Amino acid sequence: MLRLVVRRLLQLIPTLLGLSVLLFLWLNRLPGGPASAILGERATEADVARINRALGLDQPVWVQYGRFLKRVVQLDLGTSTQTGQPVWDEFVLRFPATVELSVAAMLIAVAAGIPLGYLAARRRGGWLDVTAVSGSLIGICVPVFFLALLLKGVFAVGLGLFPSYGRLSTGLDATGVTGFAVLDGLLTGEFDATWDALVHLVLPAVTLASIPLAVIVRMTRASVLEVVGEDYVRTAESKGLEKRVVRVRHVLRNALLPVVTAVGLLTGSLLSGAVLTESVFSFGGIGSFIRTSIDARDYPVLVGFIMFIAMVYVLINLLVDLAYSLIDPRVRVH
Amino acid sequence: MTAGTNRTQAGKESDAGDGSKERGESQGSKGSQGAKGSQGSGGAAGTAGTAGAVATGRAAKIDRLAELTRRTGATVGNSLWKEAFRRLRSNRMAVIGAVVIALFVVVAVVGPWVTPYSPTAQTWRGEVLANQGKFVGARGENWFGLDHLGRDMFSRMLVGARQTLLVGVVSMLIGLLLGALIGTLSGAAVTLGGRAGRRIDTVVMRVIDILLSLPSLLLAVSIAAVMGQSLTTVMIAVGVVQIPVFARLLRGSMLAQGGADYVLAAKALGIRRKRIVLTQILPNSLSPVIVQATLSLATAIIEAAALSYLGLGNPDPAVPEWGVMLSQAQRFFDNAPMMAVYPAVGIIITALGFTLLGEAMREALDPKLRG
Repeated sequence: MLRLVVRRLLQLIPTLLGLSVLLFLWLNRLPGGPASAILGERATEADVARINRALGLDQPVWVQYGRFLKRVVQLDLGTSTQTGQPVWDEFVLRFPATVELSVAAMLIAVAAGIPLGYLAARRRGGWLDVTAVSGSLIGICVPVFFLALLLKGVFAVGLGLFPSYGRLSTGLDATGVTGFAVLDGLLTGEFDATWDALVHLVLPAVTLASIPLAVIVRMTRASVLEVVGEDYVRTAESKGLEKRVVRVRHVLRNALLPVVTAVGLLTGSLLSGAVLTESVFSFGGIGSFIRTSIDARDYPVLVGFIMFIAMVYVLINLLVDLAYSLIDPRVRVH
Repeated sequence: MTAGTNRTQAGKESDAGDGSKERGESQGSKGSQGAKGSQGSGGAAGTAGTAGAVATGRAAKIDRLAELTRRTGATVGNSLWKEAFRRLRSNRMAVIGAVVIALFVVVAVVGPWVTPYSPTAQTWRGEVLANQGKFVGARGENWFGLDHLGRDMFSRMLVGARQTLLVGVVSMLIGLLLGALIGTLSGAAVTLGGRAGRRIDTVVMRVIDILLSLPSLLLAVSIAAVMGQSLTTVMIAVGVVQIPVFARLLRGSMLAQGGADYVLAAKALGIRRKRIVLTQILPNSLSPVIVQATLSLATAIIEAAALSYLGLGNPDPAVPEWGVMLSQAQRFFDNAPMMAVYPAVGIIITALGFTLLGEAMREALDPKLRG
């Protein structure tokens, strides 16, 4: 197990290196460049050359890349042009909100998606199946930000059931211990703050859950349908095993293998959905920050975010692999 | 007689050689494509490869024979397509999807000529201003009401369909053509290029994997940031995001086909391997790519809308595109939700049409799902 982890971590290195090359090339291709960003549009050529020399931009590309890499390794992602703070600090400050939102969304998607998919497959052709399948097809086709607007318009602005923006109501401030509003309320004993944070979380989380939910329902359904037809299920049934045992140990356990992979990959893609969702609900996580960074052309933040997301993504992939070896003994043997 | 035996022997030898290579490769690709469960078998194939050429050759042949029974569907060539089409016609999902797409295409083509009013003229501007931000809803002269500048929403929807279709098709084609090119080269390099070819393939696939690991929306945003704000940018950004998907898919499909019996048959007939790749393996590997192309049209339209929402879409307000219309309408959502609902429903229905057809095609082409 430990060897698997180490091997997989080593395999990350070339991927991240490749990514850093791509990002570096991308940064170099950006219009304007740092010199004109500092000096403005009407800079003279001599001034530009001076700034370029000061920033080391006149050196060979590979030297510049080396410096870029060194900074990235030291987690020095530059300074945000919007806030003047180091990009890394901005991420650390905002990450808990996004994690909270993503975890809530994934919980909704998994808790609703797997049972729905399973029931749809067991009653293939029934009304639940038809609803689940068509619902998930539509779910994939609805633009996330429109769903966000719709839910906000109906349930927050229209019916007033939920708050329409933010993480906490004004006056409540339970953050500070871990940065996770829900958790902090519990830790400090301010249960009203936890409740408030949860209520704020509902609409964004449901929005963000829509696509993973749709994917999980469909994958679970397809996977269960495939496994139900397998010989080992028939064998288990014909040797008189209890129906419940067959369902859990033979059908579900095998059917969930591809779903686990999907959940992992979906968690990575949740982050880009979070950019859209958070900005509609002004949620104050990394997503909202990225949204304003796009508007402000705050490139250090964007580069840092892509690097950051790639790392999160590969780590999630690693976790998926490890989860696999727990669920599927065949992997462990190797 | 002698010539005959010579040829079969040569065939055997070359078979034994690249048989094991292909085995290892295709297993490996399966492993990294997500079916991590096959890691064990990949390792097994690796040890078999060192166990001696003769034994491997036989093992490879037996394996190949075993695969024949599993792969009957994919090896029939033309009749696969006929069969798939027959299944498509009897699939309700496919029919609904096709009808929706047909309607959309008709509107996109004819729409701009039959608009009741100019899509850009702010004919009812005064009325909208007088209403103080209240949305003018559907009525006799304006079927879908007016937008915030007093333009006829129905006319804008009709014209917008063409722009939306254009964005979807062009970006899908960018992804498809470049992705298929890379995928073909990579697949061919593995099959033809020996050790160097496999090395090239590994490098290419690493890059592809990196690109695949990035959330597509961010990739598109980064591209749009470099290129500035325009409709072309949106199409390129959304298209480039699809390249790794198509490349990975076609390569995987080609490697999977590499072991099929018709390839063996072609080899036994003494056809040059380059020719086999181009005339046998490639055409037979295309079906998943076509399915993906259909599904990509849906994602492209949705993703283009998301880019517009993020303010990276077409800045020209005179050219109505559903994504841009939707992102403009969000500012007025609380007062005038219908202004957003029309373009949103247009996007959803169109994306749904492509998704339905694509999913139905996937089912029709997948031998596993055939009854």
